[in-house]
Amino acid sequence: MTHALTLKVDGATHALSVDDPDMPLLYALRDELGMNNPRFGCGLGQCGACTVHLDGVAIRSCLTPVSAVSGEVTTLAGLGTEAHPHPLQTAFIAEQATLCGYCINGWLMTAAALLKDKPRASEAEIRAGLSGLKCRCGAHMAMLRAVSRVAQA
Amino acid sequence: MNAITLSRRSLLAAGGALVVHFAAPGSARAQLAPSGRAPDKASGRTPDKLSSWLAVQQNGDVLAYFGKVDVGQGIEVAIGQIVAEELDVAFQRVRVIMGDSALTMNQGGASGSTGVELGAVPLRFAATEARRTLVEMAATKFAVTADRLVVTDGIVSTADNRRISYGELIGGRDFDVPMQWNGTLGNGLTARGLAQPKPHSAYRVVGQSIPRDEVTRKVFAQSVFVGDVRVPGMLHGRMIRPPVAGAAVVSFDQSSVAALKDVRVVAKGGFLGVVAPKEWDAIRAAETLKVVWSNAAPPFPDQAQLHDHIRAAKVLGGKTEFDEGGVDAVIATAAKVITADYEWPFQSHASMAPACALVDVQPDKVTVWTGTQKPHYCQIGVAKILGRDPASVHAIWVHGPGSYGRNDAGDAAIDAALLSQAVGAPVRVQGMRHEGTGWDPKGPASVHAGRAVVDDTGQMVALDFATKAFSRVDIESNESDPRHSLAGQMTGLGLKHTPAFGAPEGAYAVPAKRLSWASVAPLLELGSPLRSSHLRDPVGPQLIFGYESFIDEVAFQTKADPVDFRLRHLPDPRAQAVVKAAAERFGWQPRTAASQVAAGDIMTGRGIAYAQRGHTLVAIVVELNVNRSTGEVQPARYVVAHECGLIINPDGLRRTIEGNIIHATSRSLHEEVMFNRNTVTSVDWLTYPILDIIEAPKVIDIVLLDRPDHPPLGAGEASTRPVAAAIANAIFDATGVRLRKAPFTAERMKAALGVHV
Repeated sequence: MTHALTLKVDGATHALSVDDPDMPLLYALRDELGMNNPRFGCGLGQCGACTVHLDGVAIRSCLTPVSAVSGEVTTLAGLGTEAHPHPLQTAFIAEQATLCGYCINGWLMTAAALLKDKPRASEAEIRAGLSGLKCRCGAHMAMLRAVSRVAQA
Repeated sequence: MNAITLSRRSLLAAGGALVVHFAAPGSARAQLAPSGRAPDKASGRTPDKLSSWLAVQQNGDVLAYFGKVDVGQGIEVAIGQIVAEELDVAFQRVRVIMGDSALTMNQGGASGSTGVELGAVPLRFAATEARRTLVEMAATKFAVTADRLVVTDGIVSTADNRRISYGELIGGRDFDVPMQWNGTLGNGLTARGLAQPKPHSAYRVVGQSIPRDEVTRKVFAQSVFVGDVRVPGMLHGRMIRPPVAGAAVVSFDQSSVAALKDVRVVAKGGFLGVVAPKEWDAIRAAETLKVVWSNAAPPFPDQAQLHDHIRAAKVLGGKTEFDEGGVDAVIATAAKVITADYEWPFQSHASMAPACALVDVQPDKVTVWTGTQKPHYCQIGVAKILGRDPASVHAIWVHGPGSYGRNDAGDAAIDAALLSQAVGAPVRVQGMRHEGTGWDPKGPASVHAGRAVVDDTGQMVALDFATKAFSRVDIESNESDPRHSLAGQMTGLGLKHTPAFGAPEGAYAVPAKRLSWASVAPLLELGSPLRSSHLRDPVGPQLIFGYESFIDEVAFQTKADPVDFRLRHLPDPRAQAVVKAAAERFGWQPRTAASQVAAGDIMTGRGIAYAQRGHTLVAIVVELNVNRSTGEVQPARYVVAHECGLIINPDGLRRTIEGNIIHATSRSLHEEVMFNRNTVTSVDWLTYPILDIIEAPKVIDIVLLDRPDHPPLGAGEASTRPVAAAIANAIFDATGVRLRKAPFTAERMKAALGVHV
């Protein structure tokens, strides 16, 4: 039995049908809509690579059942573009704040939600707000510089 | 539903290699197809041709073919800079094509921090030779001698301002120019033409901090990782690993996954995978398939006994790397011998995502999309497990989710190849988190024993440093032989284990010195989640933790300042320079006993460590806090002095060093693969914690010592090596307590401080 759903992602509305309403949003975005961000990192809500915004709030799409999503989903592709970048995207480029970059989706999406709530976040608040995200290659220092650059702009 | 069971009959010997041939009932695909021609052979690409390394397009843009890959440090920028420099074109004109087995030479893949040190060498010579060739073409056209011509951004001009571009000279056509190739493939491949590269004094592009376009693509969600590759008809595969390492599949119940659409099960020995059209169905099938496993004996000792096991285990092989001055005789007659033992755990790559690979096995050709560090070896490994000619296999490298050596990527490609062959469709295998941490090849656990004698003047007169460990290549550092892959081992391919480890490099001058190692058998012969292989700086963190902790202990036990003690024993001026640079930048205050400075619960200490990797030299000073009541160790400030010859891209180098320091700090403080008698129990980020951003240091201050007169050296791993020792030495300075067992977890620190909760 299939379940018909509507997903609003980055300003577009998509109709899709899924076999399992408990399927995580991550697989709807990647496999049904063909998006490359968010990313699969753990499927356990422990790393953040799958982070999207749901009505502006950062959530882990690997743990969110697709059928529970009724609001507006924003992915990294919807955060900003080269023509109209989010300030964090500009800052991450300026600081060259990725190594392998697989985790960057989670850091950017989480930082964007954090700075929406606390535009002038201190470094300690930034660290606390990003705590729990994983980066295996060790780009932490550059990412801290990038987020601080926006918070202190 | 179509269950596919692999039979013993399907084991065939072909081409001298034992290969597994999967019978796929009902499959329309021929099992032993005629070999296709290798794309590289078809195009005539061999290392002895300039056209194999470089091409100029009609618009003057340059394609550089690099047989290594970027594992996240942006090496393509450094390669592009070197090519642009020698060719005299703007950096923006150069596009570096990496790791495609049809387009690039086998330069060994990402390996041993050799990307610039070795990998750039033939590219540099190729660009130099291409410039010479193009200038001669222009000279002929303008009827002048080549020395009368100048080149500016790919435009060759005469003194009287006649001009022609590289694009006009050769654009779109191949160079027909030979290169002298040394006949070697892999890291040692070199090739050069007639022309001499520029002197470093003429460099304009090399030495500049050019940013990575790849960062921009990643930030704008435009980058493609291996997990993003999709092809028509692609099916999703998931592997199922045994609950007791070493167990084989006795039976499985296909009806247990009957509710899921079109699930096919592929099984042989311990190899078990599911394939489904929908990814979520494959995930659920892997979770719900009922499997009866054989009763394998629990293969592992109690984890608490691991290092005693190593000490007692039979030695498979070893080597005395250095032995001068009769260490045993000096020690036997010494009034005092300083001794200490150190222990390092198994560690996991735990890459940011578990590995993914997509393989399309067709009758006449095989295509592999892989995030492996070594796509040319992956091509060979996939060919062997399928019983195909490597020339019919095309391995396409795509960015992987971080890679630090022989991680799970090589296994994923072989898994996907077997599944694709079995089901007759392209199969994308994506590992789950428990595989990425629990079943990847591990960095080897080790024990190290130091002995030293110091004379009345405070100089070491004897130094003995002995290592005993699991092999660093229990499985090889690439997947070119399926016996070294999980799938190969689980389908019954045997393996002769190779003893390998190493000894500290570098030159503490001691009249009697011995550096030796021995390696022991793996805990489980085949299909082990604790099989050991290369993990970033494969034996460096272990060795240098022991070695540099021990040097520090000897210094303090003889009332010497640890910086002064090192300088007194390091005759090499380059080594002196990095140690002095780190100490000076830090503002090192000499000490001859642990400072034990405390404010409330917080004890603060400073430690130094020095290391050499190849010819790259690093000295680190760290300042850290130890919380007396929680046991938490918090590095606050690092100073890193780093010398790797000529620097190609200073900012890129700084990011690389920062990554090394963070990664190594994580390994030093937190990382220890946990296991029980049956299997590995570190299976996610809770059971294998890594450094959190809250714990990241406040400052990593990097002092780059540029040596433009020296060839560029590797930097991908060297600064990993001294981190654990620097931390341990700073912990001693803070607390007066030596931690000789890594990682320095809060629990271990508390226990060492005698804190009882």
